[in-house]
Amino acid sequence: MPVEIKNLTHVYMKDTIFQHKALNDVSLTIEDGEFIGLIGHTGSGKSTLIQHLNALLKPSSGNIIIDGVDITAKGVSLKKIRQTVGLVFQYPEHQLFEETVYKDVAFGPQNLGLSREEIDLRVKESLMLVGLDYDALKDVSPFELSGGQKRRVAIAGVLAMKPKVLVLDEPTAGLDPKGRDEILGEIRRLHELQKLTVVLVSHSMEDIANLVDRIIVMSKGKVVLTDTPRNVFMQAEVLKNIGLDVPQVTHLVNELNKKGIKIKDCISVDEAFNELVKYLRSN
Amino acid sequence: MTSIISAQNVVFEYISHDDNKVTALDNVSQEIKKGEFVAVLGHNGSGKSTLAKHFNALLLPSKGTVYIKGMDTRNEENTWNIRQTAGMVFQNPDNQIVATVVEEDVAFGPENLGVEPHEIRKRVDEALKTVGMQDYAKDAPHYLSGGQKQRISIAGVLAMKPECMILDEPTAMLDPSGRKEVMETIKRLNKEEGITIILITHFMDEAVQADRVVVMQRGNAIMQGTPKQVFAEIDKLKSVGLDVPQVTELCARLHKEGIDIPLDVLTVEEMVVELCRLK
Repeated sequence: MPVEIKNLTHVYMKDTIFQHKALNDVSLTIEDGEFIGLIGHTGSGKSTLIQHLNALLKPSSGNIIIDGVDITAKGVSLKKIRQTVGLVFQYPEHQLFEETVYKDVAFGPQNLGLSREEIDLRVKESLMLVGLDYDALKDVSPFELSGGQKRRVAIAGVLAMKPKVLVLDEPTAGLDPKGRDEILGEIRRLHELQKLTVVLVSHSMEDIANLVDRIIVMSKGKVVLTDTPRNVFMQAEVLKNIGLDVPQVTHLVNELNKKGIKIKDCISVDEAFNELVKYLRSN
Repeated sequence: MTSIISAQNVVFEYISHDDNKVTALDNVSQEIKKGEFVAVLGHNGSGKSTLAKHFNALLLPSKGTVYIKGMDTRNEENTWNIRQTAGMVFQNPDNQIVATVVEEDVAFGPENLGVEPHEIRKRVDEALKTVGMQDYAKDAPHYLSGGQKQRISIAGVLAMKPECMILDEPTAMLDPSGRKEVMETIKRLNKEEGITIILITHFMDEAVQADRVVVMQRGNAIMQGTPKQVFAEIDKLKSVGLDVPQVTELCARLHKEGIDIPLDVLTVEEMVVELCRLK
């Protein structure tokens, strides 16, 4: 299910004094089963971009083709698109509304008109996928759960629609380090087990570095870089100029290189550890 | 230095939805000195926000006492003075901005204190200047970035001339450059304006910039000390669901490998120095 974005431009409040070009001729392809990290500072266009992926926003010009279907064409089934591309917003727990965890997760599939058995199955499966205990939580009010659990229920609600592409807008914002690691671990597992295509929007370069296959960097409505985490984080200056960072260990290695200590570029603590041991043990 | 905040044996209990008694703070004592910059860490539900809300009388202790500049928070007559002394900034700037023009928003606090109009003008200008937002005085807050909005929220508290500012995860919703803007503002308030800072955060790189770090777990302060003392105890921090900066973790692993490197390295700059020393 490749996602092809062709010459996508989006202008907000066109022909008014507030006119603002949020996306400017963006073209990119996301391959089947790819794990993409989308980064860019506030206002770079990343949220505008992901809202096009399930037709919440319509382009001012350009096309989005998902699995051969142009979702910007007239008469296309919006229901089908939204089922194919699941979008998890920032702070998705604010969208919980049902009396019980079960009902909340079942809401989407119910609206698809599925059978009771199928809905049951999907709710169980989705809760399991996000690491929640179905039997213990199905009858609990989602509002009685902890922050991390609420967020998982919200993600399960999207998974219950069985999307092929999962887009998450900063799923770890406001979580503590443990909660963050758990959610990221679950997203990684989803990607591996369900072969989902994942687009993860994040402000944490450390998280992105260790997770994704490819990073897309946006600035001022354009894609400025797209490459593996290693190649992207080697461009520390470019990233800094558009208000982004590199992982702390990458920064460390850059500084060491400046001091004449030559070790290979690193994007994770593991790599830096191995490189430094090698360096310190040499002669 | 004298304490601006003194919490003694504070217990905070409430009744949960299923009628169970929850102890959110379990006999916590803390002295915050005037001019100090204290970072409070702890996982979600550890009691850190509950503690912070006791520092400006948003919550009152079930047992024990909290004094803000000598004022007992349990005495209702003190509430206004306490809130003026200890201002609070929350996570989401959108929930704190009340006006449609930046300078009017900043003026909201002092107006409610009954400050003279010309004095309000002066305070608003000063506060906006302190947070570096003077050029946006006439702008609409909803067109600003997250970091800018959060700095407006801080300016709104500053205009009330507090001696102490409590910030509850002020950067959680911001991008890296927004986080940097806000952290630089907070440090400037502390160093240049002498304002006591209590910063609740999940970001370890922010906590390392404080004078003192307090780690909360199950309603108790389980560790405290300078950032160097606290972050050197990686295993203990990890056991309570917290993290350390990447360079600190790297040092711990190199140390275990038998390499003579200290455990309390917190920044890239320090680590570069240590590694240059080794070779």
